[in-house]
Amino acid sequence: MKTVQTKAKIISNKKIKENYWHLEFESAIIAKNALPGQFVNIRVGHGFVPLLRRPISIYAVKGVKVKLFYQAVGTGTQSLSQRKSGELLDLIGPLGNGFDYRQAVKAKDARSILIAGGMGVAPLFFLAEKIKTSQPLVLIGAKTQKQILCMQEFKKLGCTVKLATDDGSLGFKGKVTDLLKLVLGQTKGLGLFSCGPRPMLKRVSEISCENKIPAQLSLEEHLACGTGACLGCVVATKSGYKRVCKDGPVFSSKELTW
Amino acid sequence: MVSQIKPNLSIKIGNLDLKNPVMVASGTFGYAEEFKDFMDLKKLGAIVTKTITLKGRHGNLPPRTCETPAGMLNSIGLENPGMDKFIQEKLPFLKKLAIPIIVSIAAEESPDEFVTLIKQLDKLAEVSAIELNISCPNLQKDKLISQDAGDTFKLVSAVRQLTQKCLITKLSPNVNSIVDIASAAQNAGSNAVALINTLGGMSIDVNKRVPKLGSWVGGLSGPAIRPVAVKMVWETYNKIKIPIIGMGGIMDIESALEFFIAGATAISIGTANFINPRVSLEIICGLKQYMVDNNIQNLSNLIGRLKACKE
Ligand SMILES: Cc1cc2nc3c(=O)[nH]c(=O)nc-3n(C[C@H](O)[C@H](O)[C@H](O)COP(=O)(O)OP(=O)(O)OC[C@H]3O[C@@H](n4cnc5c(N)ncnc54)[C@H](O)[C@@H]3O)c2cc1C
Ligand SMILES: Cc1cc2nc3c(=O)[nH]c(=O)nc-3n(C[C@H](O)[C@H](O)[C@H](O)COP(=O)(O)O)c2cc1C
Ligand code: FES
Repeated sequence: MKTVQTKAKIISNKKIKENYWHLEFESAIIAKNALPGQFVNIRVGHGFVPLLRRPISIYAVKGVKVKLFYQAVGTGTQSLSQRKSGELLDLIGPLGNGFDYRQAVKAKDARSILIAGGMGVAPLFFLAEKIKTSQPLVLIGAKTQKQILCMQEFKKLGCTVKLATDDGSLGFKGKVTDLLKLVLGQTKGLGLFSCGPRPMLKRVSEISCENKIPAQLSLEEHLACGTGACLGCVVATKSGYKRVCKDGPVFSSKELTW
Repeated sequence: MVSQIKPNLSIKIGNLDLKNPVMVASGTFGYAEEFKDFMDLKKLGAIVTKTITLKGRHGNLPPRTCETPAGMLNSIGLENPGMDKFIQEKLPFLKKLAIPIIVSIAAEESPDEFVTLIKQLDKLAEVSAIELNISCPNLQKDKLISQDAGDTFKLVSAVRQLTQKCLITKLSPNVNSIVDIASAAQNAGSNAVALINTLGGMSIDVNKRVPKLGSWVGGLSGPAIRPVAVKMVWETYNKIKIPIIGMGGIMDIESALEFFIAGATAISIGTANFINPRVSLEIICGLKQYMVDNNIQNLSNLIGRLKACKE
C-alpha cells in the first residue's frame, strides 16, 4: 500500500444538514489504494492555523474521486467546511490499518453486522459498499431521530438497516448495542464491524465476547503526526500500547483492554 | 553577466561532517522509516532518532498529545523498544540511508545507564554521533540533569571519556540560565549543544475539569516556543565556542533563518514534520536560495551574523 502527501483538487464541499458535510476531492492514487477503515489526514486551513492536521475517514470512492463525510464540531472541521471547490487540499493518505473483510465477502448463511454510532457511519459506509453482495445488516444508533445518519445511503446499497434512538423517536428505543443483542437472538452473526463512541465500542466488544463472534472496532484518538512517528495516539492492548494512526484505527476487539 | 554563486551548505560538528545543516529532531521523526513514503531521506543533513533507553519503556498514560495555541503539548514519556531491540530492529534501516545517524539516549533511574548505552553505541560504525537527552520533561522527575550546571558537567565529563564519537548535549529551556548549562556541557567536552527541548506546559478541559494529558503535564513545542528558542540560541552563541543545534518551532525557511542568524550552526525540525513531512527538504532548498540571493558562499558567513538595529 502506498501512502502519499498530495495536493488534491476539491470537487465539492457541501453541507448536507445541520453541521454535517460531504467533501469530495480528486486523487487517483488515494482512490486506488484506499481501503475501508483508512483515513486521510488533512491540512484543513491555510498556513499554520490550526496547527495540526485533522483525520477524516474515507467514506466512499468512485473512479478517481474520494468522498469524506464529516461533522463540523470545532475550529479544524469548521475551517474545512469553509474550503471551496476548485481549491487544492493538502492531504496525506490513505493512512492506517482498515477493516479486514475477506471473510465477510464470502458470507452465505450468516451475515456481517455493522454497528455505527453517530459519525461512526463514515468508515462503515465504505465497508458496506465493498461487502454489499453479502447483504450486511447495518445497525445505526443516535440520541434522536435527527442524528441518524446515512440510513438511505445504506439502503441503496442493498443493506438491511435497523435503527436505534435513545429517545425512541425512530426505530428501537434504547442503545444500538441493546438492539445488537436483540438482533443476535434472531440472526447468525458472522462478524461485527463497529465505529462510534468509546463506551459503545466497549459494549460491542463485550457482546462479541459473549456471543463468540469476532469484532473489529475502529477507534479515535487525538493524532499529532498521523504516520506512526510520534507515539502520541496510543491505546492499551494486550500486547502493550499500539498506535491508533498506524496499527489501527481498526483493532480486533480481542486485542484491546478497556 | 552576473555569475551566480554555488552556496556551500556543509558544516562540521566535532568530528562529524554534514552535507547540509538541516536535521530532524528526536521524537518527531520516529526511526525515519515512518517518513520514507514522503521524501528522499538521503537528502537530510542528519537524522536524530527517538530517544532510546537501556530497557524498553511503555511510555505515559494516554491521551499523550493536545493541540494548544500555535503549538502542541506532548507527554509521550520516551516510549521506545530499548537499546538492544533498537539496534536489531531499527538501526539496519537507518544504516542503509548512508547519512549521519545521531542516536539520542536517556537514563531512566541512574546516570550510570548512560555509560552502558554509550559503550554499546561506541562499537557501531553506523552511529555517527550521540545525543545526550538530559532534558526530557516527561519522566516525572523533580529535577532534570540539564537543570543543574554541576550535574550536567559531571555527566558529560563521565561519558566523554568513553567515546571518540561526536557528543551532543540536549538542553532544557526550563532553567534560569541556559548559558550556564551550555557552558558546563562545553567545559565537560561536549562537541555541541542542542537547544531547546520542550517547555513544560499544561492544558485543562474546563467542562470535565480534568487535565487534557493523561500524565497531567507535558512539553510544549511548535511555533509558540520559537521566540524562546531563538533568544536562547542567541544568548548561548555569544558565550560559548562549540556549535549550537537550534530548534523550537521551526516551520519554514524564514523561521529556520532566524536560528542561523541568531547563531545556530545547524537546525532540527520537530513538530513541523507532523504538519508537512517534506518541510526539511523545503528548508534546504530555501536556504540555498537565500544564500544565492544574498551572495553568501559559505554558511559560516550567515551563522550568528545578527546586526544591531541601527546599523
Ligand atoms: C482515524 C479517525 C477517523 C475519523 N474520521 C472522521 C470522519 O470520517 N468524520 C468526522 O466527522 N470525524 C472523524 N474523525 C474525528 C475528527 O478527526 C475530529 O472531529 C476532528 O479532528 C475535530 O477537530 P476540530 O478542530 O474540529 O475540533 P476540536 O475539538 O477543536 O479539536 C481540537 C483537537 O482535538 C482533536 N480532536 C477532537 N476531537 C477528536 C476526535 N473525535 N478524534 C480525533 N481527534 C479529535 C483535533 O484533531 C484537534 O487536534 C476521525 C478521527 C480519527 C482519529
Ligand atoms: C511528540 C514529541 C516527542 C518528542 N520526543 C523527544 C525525545 O524522545 N527526545 C528528545 O530529546 N526530544 C523529544 N522531543 C522534543 C523535540 O525533539 C524538540 O526539541 C522540541 O519539540 C522543540 O522543537 P519543535 O518546536 O520544532 O518541535 C519531542 C517532541 C515532540 C513534539
Ligand atoms: S499520531 Fe503520531 S503515532 Fe499516531
